[in-house]
Amino acid sequence: MKTKKTKKWYDYLWIASTLYLILGFFNILFAWLGLLCFFIPLMISIIKGTKTYCNKYCGRGQLFELLGGRFGLSRRKDIPRWMKSKAFRYGFLIFFFAMFFIMLWNTYLVFAEINELKQAVTLLWTFKLPWHWAYHGTLFSPGVAQFAFGFYSIMLTSTVLGIVTMALFKPRSWCVYCPMGTMTQLICKTKNKYVTKSLNK
Amino acid sequence: MKKRKAVITESECVACGCCVKVCPKKAISVFKGMYAEVNTDLCIGCGACMKECPASVISVEVFEYEDKEN
Ligand code: SF4
Ligand code: SF4
Ligand code: SF4
Repeated sequence: MKTKKTKKWYDYLWIASTLYLILGFFNILFAWLGLLCFFIPLMISIIKGTKTYCNKYCGRGQLFELLGGRFGLSRRKDIPRWMKSKAFRYGFLIFFFAMFFIMLWNTYLVFAEINELKQAVTLLWTFKLPWHWAYHGTLFSPGVAQFAFGFYSIMLTSTVLGIVTMALFKPRSWCVYCPMGTMTQLICKTKNKYVTKSLNK
Repeated sequence: MKKRKAVITESECVACGCCVKVCPKKAISVFKGMYAEVNTDLCIGCGACMKECPASVISVEVFEYEDKEN
């Protein structure tokens, strides 16, 4: 009895997300495009007070949905209680931002010519992967490339975490603790604090 | 008459919208980026949303309805 759903253009944004990871493998400077995945959801939540980005446009969510759903790479088990607790979700958000600012600091150090550019991608904030083949020099400061390596590290790390929890739990388990998802929900909750419920008679 | 309807634990909902995508009746929506809510007039209690929800905060429960009004 399923009603057939017509796909919209934004249902294919998982292709963009996949392409992003692939392009960064060949030229790290593409990593800068990832800023879109930060600013678009933020702007939507700040201006409109909705999570339309998560609900419609997020290619990463779609990718997990596809891999875990259509391709069956998920056990489809319930996520453990603690992982959906506010403590863990907010804690992970804070941790993620702390790491983000350290990354920005490292970028600054390269811009200021205090440190040398490190041509590596850091996985899970620990493992340094060689990635020098993706660097072909930059017109500007090597700091531009340092930011790209740092940003790509974040994107790759969150993809890997997302794939692990996708396999263990439901396909889009990442969305439970995704920092962008948590942050935009917090913004919406703050912004819409005094808005009363729409439905539910 | 007994009817099955989806019930959401709003306080634990992450507002991802996975449930919205799978609902065959467009009975579920994310309210202002805060949590999902069910329109009980439309919901047929199929449980598709429950299976999909990554946070597992949906359950399908049986409710007793007055026979007269549908
Ligand atoms: S929670 Fe994160 S991964 Fe999931 S849809 Fe939102 S932004 Fe995308
Ligand atoms: S139980 Fe079925 S009809 Fe009801 S909200 Fe969930 S998916 Fe929609
Ligand atoms: S799938 Fe679950 S967590 Fe996501 S919006 Fe629906 S009820 Fe909330």
